[in-house]
Amino acid sequence: MALVASVPIRPAAAKPGQILAVSVIALFLAIFLVIPAGTVIYTAFTEKGTGALTIVNFIDFFNTDLFRRSFFNSVYVSGMSVVWASAIALPLAVLTTRFDFRGSLIIQTLGFVPLIMPPFVGAVAMQLLFGRNGTVNLLLNDWFGIRIPFMEGLNGVIFVQSLHYFPFILINLSTSLRNIDRSMEEAAQNLGSSGFRLFRRIVFPLAMPGYLAGASLVFVKVFDDLATPLLLNVKDMLAPQAYLRVTSVGLTDPMGYVISVILIAVSIFAMWLSAVAMRGKDYSTVQRGGGGLSRRKLSRGESVVAYGVVALILLLVLSPHIGLLLLSFATVWSFSPMPDAYTVAHYGRVFGESSLYIKNTLIYASLAGLIDVVIGGAIAYLVLRTKVIGRRWLDWAATAALAIPGVVLGIGYLRTFYGITLPDGTPLATLWVMVVLALAIRRLPYALRACYAALQQVSESLEEAAENLGATKQRTIRRIVLPLMTGGLLAGFVTSFSTAAVELSATLMLIQSNSDAPIAYGLYVFMQSPAGRGPGAALGVIAVIMVALCTLLSHYVIERRQKALGTAK
Amino acid sequence: MTVNINSAALAAGPAKAISISDVNLYYGALHVLKDINLEIQPGEFFAFLGPSGCGKTTLLRLIAGFNNARQGKVVIGGQDVLDMPAWKRDIGMVFQSYALWPHMTVAANVAFGLEERRLPRAEIDRRVKAALELVGLKHLADRRPSQLSGGQQQRVALARTIAIEPKVLLLDEPLSNLDAKMRVEVRRELRELQQRLQLTTIFVTHDQEEANTVCDRIAVFNEGSIQQVGTPMGLYEKPANLFVANFLGTANILDGKVSGSGAARSFEVVGGGSIPIPAGADVPAGAKLVFRPQYATIGSLEPGAVALEGIIAHREFLGATVRYGVRIGASTVLIDAPFHSGDALLEPGTTTTLGLKPSSVQWLAH
Repeated sequence: MALVASVPIRPAAAKPGQILAVSVIALFLAIFLVIPAGTVIYTAFTEKGTGALTIVNFIDFFNTDLFRRSFFNSVYVSGMSVVWASAIALPLAVLTTRFDFRGSLIIQTLGFVPLIMPPFVGAVAMQLLFGRNGTVNLLLNDWFGIRIPFMEGLNGVIFVQSLHYFPFILINLSTSLRNIDRSMEEAAQNLGSSGFRLFRRIVFPLAMPGYLAGASLVFVKVFDDLATPLLLNVKDMLAPQAYLRVTSVGLTDPMGYVISVILIAVSIFAMWLSAVAMRGKDYSTVQRGGGGLSRRKLSRGESVVAYGVVALILLLVLSPHIGLLLLSFATVWSFSPMPDAYTVAHYGRVFGESSLYIKNTLIYASLAGLIDVVIGGAIAYLVLRTKVIGRRWLDWAATAALAIPGVVLGIGYLRTFYGITLPDGTPLATLWVMVVLALAIRRLPYALRACYAALQQVSESLEEAAENLGATKQRTIRRIVLPLMTGGLLAGFVTSFSTAAVELSATLMLIQSNSDAPIAYGLYVFMQSPAGRGPGAALGVIAVIMVALCTLLSHYVIERRQKALGTAK
Repeated sequence: MTVNINSAALAAGPAKAISISDVNLYYGALHVLKDINLEIQPGEFFAFLGPSGCGKTTLLRLIAGFNNARQGKVVIGGQDVLDMPAWKRDIGMVFQSYALWPHMTVAANVAFGLEERRLPRAEIDRRVKAALELVGLKHLADRRPSQLSGGQQQRVALARTIAIEPKVLLLDEPLSNLDAKMRVEVRRELRELQQRLQLTTIFVTHDQEEANTVCDRIAVFNEGSIQQVGTPMGLYEKPANLFVANFLGTANILDGKVSGSGAARSFEVVGGGSIPIPAGADVPAGAKLVFRPQYATIGSLEPGAVALEGIIAHREFLGATVRYGVRIGASTVLIDAPFHSGDALLEPGTTTTLGLKPSSVQWLAH
């Protein structure tokens, strides 16, 4: 020992392969993330025409009535969406974690809802179900002579978004609740506390970090979402304004960039706020052998109430899906609670002339998922297993993509790559490859987390054992690390794939011709006209089924692999 | 730490007796507690001792009010508590994991039970101060639990419990999360604190040394039932069965059978030797011979001792003693011989004689 210690410690020299990997990834992130985002920010702070640095654009922004209103509307809608999403998620989380409740599995399955259908897809169907002349209001009017403005203006956006995004709060809150050791609760009972007071003073504060993580995610997602307000014809919000300015006024208008900067700033601010609120609050208190909060049986009366609440929420959450399905088979559905007649013609049309959308989606989403897994896996390996310089920067840069909304990335690509033309004269920015890259960048942070998790499960001693038996670094990676990481990498691929398949905001900016368009874009185009609603809905149903199938398949594969590997992990 | 006791600051009232009668508990078909009967005196420091899964923690939690299915009675200070919910019992419990709430400061943790009792603020402040002073942590009142060492967390858990001036104090393996050195220190402090507060205390542990050093009396548990209740010395000297003999210290057990009758009875050890049975000694049918390693001599005979032939199988040098494994027939017994400077050790394979006094052995059937 003493001999070894007396040798001065030198930092392990980075292998040429590692330096090459860092350089390639750094270049990729620089060109497709840092430079476009930087360009957007820089443009927002420069004077139109002269290029001089200025904050006059921001002063203009806050002096314009429309933009001020858009800003407050965006904050209001995001805030209210968090409130309503919390109202839905809180009872469900408590029910599944604190009681012996048979419906727990159904509630947990709800967690996949946002993955398999973006909110804008269901927005039109929601209009038909809950709108002024939708099913619910027609019935209410017939029976009680009242109408409830679920979908009027901002209400509609809040309604659709909170129904869609509440699972983020549900999942995080449930995990936090499950990580509370039962002794936390028992100690409080032992000291004389019980019932709601115990929940308020001990259980909820301990679950707070999970709640905040979920709530801030919902806030950011809603704040950045472009497609839902656009489809509901709400234009005075920030993301739609950015899109409209760039598409109608043009790429040189500074307002699109100012709004982009504000979107980024609010995203970062919300994430920073939740990070600050959670600092030093790793409240996971489960002891070895201990198993979460104690569960209680529901009494008969409580059961009735619980099932009633769950059924109602389930019905609400599935209403976009149900509405979409009805719409896709409807001939005419207007001013009536249910469609007048049913047909399969919409599916025929979609599979005929619109199959291009499906093909494009499969190509784009697969490529984006592949890029994410390769880059994410490489970054994870460089960070966790090597000491090569710059690895932390790659991690930060890739994660920073979280703060760049799709609209902003789209605007950034247009601004950065529009001037660069291919030999045949088309601008680089409108090439379909750009859509793939934008999707890959947007999904990279999630894929990266999956890769980290996968690599962390591979014990370093397994690699050392391989090296000890004579395998080189490269061969160890190929024969030991990659096979053991497969499940995690696959999970990363599927998350990237399924979310990229239905992403619209960046796509909306970058797609110029219908032949290059993926499903999400086609859906958006269809939904613009009443006649297109049927085929649009059919396309939506296909997208939902496609993504759901992929998700199920990957779960199946991952589970089988984990069983096969047994406890070797 | 020095325990600063100002016994007037936290008055626990007169110590309460605990009386447990005919308690049975099932988890489904599993019979977890079997016919538990126990009387704990006011002010007694009492231990539940046994291997893991023996039911000791289950009984403690039942007293605290954390188990539902039950039969029998648990009377504390004259009041049957089994039908009361945990939060009405006024029984202080220190959890094995301490269960300090990470979102509250040390002072807020200690104040919690007092706030739940709706005491006036001034009284809460006074008692929090007194409790923290008692465990020597007054200066850490504003810290969070995560900023404290294991020993400090343990004291906060204790302060939080005694602040409510509980009727009795339950300690669930309170030393198991501390390192070996802290354990010795803290157990002495616990004893001192308990003596000052005159609080009836139950201490759950699987470590016989802990139970022996701090407790007045011990109940030994195995497989859901109480094997024996007694003082540490009593249990060691006169174990009621083979389980207790083995669990408390090391016991040598030799098979054999009784021969002769009346005053001339003797125990024939399988593999050699015969031990006269003292008049009046209780030797149940099928009993085995039981003795502690230090009760036999090796190589020499004290007056009144009986000789047994054996072969040295192995030896361990322990410093103050040498522990020999000696094979007698098919069994191997352990003998501790005191070591003196310059002694020659016996080599494995040597044939030797064990000296055993009939008065220091016991016969136990099960």
